[in-house]
Amino acid sequence: MLASPLASSEPFASTYRPGTATTTLIRGATVLTGTGERVEGGDVLLSQGRIQTLGRGLDAPVDARVIDAGGRWVTPGLIDIHSHLGLAASPHVRAHNDFNEATSPVTAQVWAEHSVWPQDPGFETALAGGVTTLHVLPGSANLIGGRTVVLRNVRALSYQEMKFPGAPQGVKMACGENPKSVYGKKGSAPTTRMAEIAAVRQAFADAQEYGRQWEKYREDLAKFESKRRGHGSEEAGNDRRKRRKQISTGDKEKGEHEAQDQEAPSPPKRDLSKDTLLDVLEGRLPVHVHCYRADEMQTMLDVAAEFGFRIAAFHHGIEAYKIAARLAENRVCGALWADWWGFKMEALDGIPENIALVDRPAHGCAIVHSDSEEGVQRLNQEAAKAMTRGRRLGLDLPPERAIRWLTSNPAAALGIAESTGTLEPGKRADVVIWNREPFSVYALVDEVFIDGVPVFDRAHPKPPRSDFQLGWAAAGDTLP
Amino acid sequence: MSLRVLMACCCAVASFACGAPVWGNDVLIRGATIHTVGVRGTLMNSDLLIRDGKIAEIGRGLAAPKAAAVIEAAQRPVTPGIFGGLSALGLTEVSAEATTVDVELSLGAPAWQQQWRPEFDVTEAYNPRSGVIPVARIEGLTWTILAPRSGDSILSGQGAAIALDGRFDAVLARSRALFVETGSAALTASGGSRAGQFMLLDQAIREVRGGETSDSPALLHPAGREALARYLAGGRVVFHAERAADIRRVVAFARRAGMRPIISGGAEAWIVAAELARLHVPVILNPLQNLPVDFDQLAARLDNAALLARAGVRIAFSEGETHLAGRVRQLAGNAVAHGLPWDAALAALTANPAQMFQVADRGSIEVGRIADLVLWSGDPLEVTSVADRVWLGGGAVEMRSRQTELRDRYAGAVHQR
Repeated sequence: MLASPLASSEPFASTYRPGTATTTLIRGATVLTGTGERVEGGDVLLSQGRIQTLGRGLDAPVDARVIDAGGRWVTPGLIDIHSHLGLAASPHVRAHNDFNEATSPVTAQVWAEHSVWPQDPGFETALAGGVTTLHVLPGSANLIGGRTVVLRNVRALSYQEMKFPGAPQGVKMACGENPKSVYGKKGSAPTTRMAEIAAVRQAFADAQEYGRQWEKYREDLAKFESKRRGHGSEEAGNDRRKRRKQISTGDKEKGEHEAQDQEAPSPPKRDLSKDTLLDVLEGRLPVHVHCYRADEMQTMLDVAAEFGFRIAAFHHGIEAYKIAARLAENRVCGALWADWWGFKMEALDGIPENIALVDRPAHGCAIVHSDSEEGVQRLNQEAAKAMTRGRRLGLDLPPERAIRWLTSNPAAALGIAESTGTLEPGKRADVVIWNREPFSVYALVDEVFIDGVPVFDRAHPKPPRSDFQLGWAAAGDTLP
Repeated sequence: MSLRVLMACCCAVASFACGAPVWGNDVLIRGATIHTVGVRGTLMNSDLLIRDGKIAEIGRGLAAPKAAAVIEAAQRPVTPGIFGGLSALGLTEVSAEATTVDVELSLGAPAWQQQWRPEFDVTEAYNPRSGVIPVARIEGLTWTILAPRSGDSILSGQGAAIALDGRFDAVLARSRALFVETGSAALTASGGSRAGQFMLLDQAIREVRGGETSDSPALLHPAGREALARYLAGGRVVFHAERAADIRRVVAFARRAGMRPIISGGAEAWIVAAELARLHVPVILNPLQNLPVDFDQLAARLDNAALLARAGVRIAFSEGETHLAGRVRQLAGNAVAHGLPWDAALAALTANPAQMFQVADRGSIEVGRIADLVLWSGDPLEVTSVADRVWLGGGAVEMRSRQTELRDRYAGAVHQR
C-alpha cells in the first residue's frame, strides 16, 4: 500500500475553496453535454457548486438566479490539457522564464507548480475563452521534465489555492528534436534520438531499482515489527528508549546501534526524481509525452510497455493521424493543434485533418490543446477548424461530438473525468454560456461558472484579476 | 458541383510545381455573392467572367462564352484573393532549420561596427516552388509581402509584394518597401536603448545626404546609400513598433526624413489612432494580440483593430507565422467579433494592403483587374469555411499541397480499415 514514500502525505496540498456558489438556472439553451449529446431548449440547474439537473422545462428553485439562454449555447467548462501559463508568464521578461529546467535531461524531481505565478495575466484571458481547468506542464527541453499540475482557473495568491482537489499530478516527457537540440548545443547527452531513448530507459531502470530498495525496506520493516510484536511490550519499551537515544546521538552511531541491537531498518535515501518515476511505474501519475513523429510515438509506446506504465496522451502529435488506429487501440489520447506545422522538421507533416482523423477510430481520443497563451483563448475556434476539415473528409462531426475534444476527453486523460468535463448531474458546475454556437469565429463567451460560482460575465467586466495589470494606463487614457 | 474545369490535370503539367495555377479558357462564375471590396460593394446572385487572366465582366445573367468553364457558385461568396500578410512565403521551409531559411541578414559584426545594408533585398531569395506556398494558396492567399526579418541591425532590408502564382519572377511592380525594427525587440542592435535606434537612423540619413566625410566610420556602403536614398524621397518604410510612444516617434522621424511610414505590430496603436488617421499612417496588425507579452505592449487589447478603423486608420492584418499565414481570415473574424465591421475586416485582407503597397490591379473585384479570386464554402471570415476554388491571374489553382497529399494517403488508410 505505502508504495511511494510520498503516498503517506501530500505536500503543497490543494487549498482551493470555491467562492459562494449561487443557485443558477440556465434556461432554454442549446446544451452540449460533453457526453456526446445535444439538448435543444435545454435547462441546466447549478446548485451547491454541482450540476443538479439537466433537462427541459425545469422549475426554478426560489433562491435561483434564472438566466434566459434562449438562442445561446451551453457547454462544460473547457479544459486546456497543455498550458504553460504561470510558468512562461506575461510579460515574457527574463525573470519570468520558469518553464524549462534545461540543466539536465532528466529532472523528474521538479514540480511545475513551484514555478506557477498565479498573477500571469494569461489566466484571465483564458477564462474569457471559457477555460475553467488547465493542465500546466514543464517545457520540453528535457526527456523527463517533471511533475505537472492541474489547476482551477480562479483568482488566487498561490498555486495551492488553484490546485484541482483530488486531481493527480502528471509527468511530462519529451522525445525528438527539443531535448537533443538543447543538450546537443551544450555538447552533452543526448545529442541523438538513440541517446534520448537510452536515457529514458536508464532513468526508469534506476527507478525500478529504487523501488526494489523500498520494497526490501518495507519487507525488512515488516519482519522487524512482527518480531518486535512477538517480544511483547517490554521490548517495545526498549525500542522507544533506543529511538530516543538514536536521535540524541546522531546518525554516526546509528549504524552501530542497528548492527548491535537489530535496530529498525533504515529507509533508503529519498530521491525526489526517482520518487516521481516510481509513481509513474506504479500507476499513480499519468504520463504526458511531447512527441511529434509517428515512429517516435511508437517507440515511446514500446518504452511504456517495457516498464509497464501507461501513456495518457501524446502532446502535439503532428503525425498522430498516421497511427490513429494504434493510438486508439492503446487508448492513448492525442492532444493536438488544429493547424500548426512546419516550424521544425518533426512538424513538417502536420495536416489540418489530424484531430479529426485521431478522433475517427473506435476509442479514438482526440484533444484540442493550445500550448499557447493565444490559442487557449479560443480553443473553440481551433476545434471548429478541425471539425470543418473532418467534415470535408465526410466524417460525421456534429458540435456535440467535437465539444468532447475540449471537455470530456482531456478530463479523462487527466484523471478528473469523475468530477468535470461533462454536464452530468453531480459533476462540478463548470459551465460556459456562449452567445451563439461555439464553433464559430464570432462566438464569444457570455458567462463562466467554476464550481457554480460566476467567475466571468462579459456584460459586467471586472477590474483586472492580475495585480500586474493594475495602474499602467495613463490617467487620461480615453478611447479614440 | 461542376467539376468540368481545369483541376485534375496539374501535376501532369511538368513545368509547374504542384498546386500552381493552370491557365486555360475563360471561366464564368455564376450565381455568386460577390464581395467586390470596391465601389460596387457586395453583389448578390451575380456572375463574373474571367478572360485572359483578368476580370472581364461582372453582372447578372452573363452568357457563357464558348468553351468557357462554368462554375455554379450557388450563392457562395467570392472575394478578391487574400493578402498573406508580412510573411516569408517562399523564403522559408522549416523554421528551425537555418539552411532552409533566407529571411534575414546577419553579418555578425559587433554593434559598434555595424554595417547597415538597405540594399539587401530579400525578394532575391524567393523560391516559388516552396512547399509552404501551395498550403497558403489553397487557403485563398494569392499575394503577400515578402518581409525581411531584422538580423543584427535594426534596418532589416527591403521586401516587396509577390503574387503566389508560382512564377519565378512574381514581384509586383512599385510595391517595394524598406523594413526597420524598433522598440524592445531591437535593443541589442542599438546599444541597449531605443534612443540609439533613432541616433543610428539619423546617422544613416546623414551619410546618404552627404554630410559625412568618407573617413568617418560609416554605416552604409555606396550601394546602401543609393538604396536608402530612394526611401528618403517618399519611399514606403515599414517600421515595426508596438508601444504608443514609439509609434509617435517613428512617425515623426519618418516624416522628417521624407519617408512614407507604415506601422507593423502596433499593439498600442489605438492610443494614438487619431494622430495616425490625421497623418494617413496605416497599421498592419495581428488583432489577436491582447496580452502584455512585453513592456512595449502593456495596453494591447482585442478591439485595437476596431478602434483604429473607427478613427479612420487604414489597417491590414498579418499573422506573423509564415506557415500559418492562412490564419489571417481567422484574425479578421475575431476582429469582427470584437467590434470591427465585417466589410472593414475583409478590406483589411484585400483592398487595404493593396493600397498600402500600391498593388493597383489587385485587392478588389473590378472589371480589368487581375483575376485573383476565391470562391468560399461560406462566410470567408468564418473558421468553418474553406476556400473551394482559387484563381490566380485567372488560372485555376489545383487544390493540392503536401498537406493534402499526406491527408489523402493516410485518410485513405484509415478508411480502408
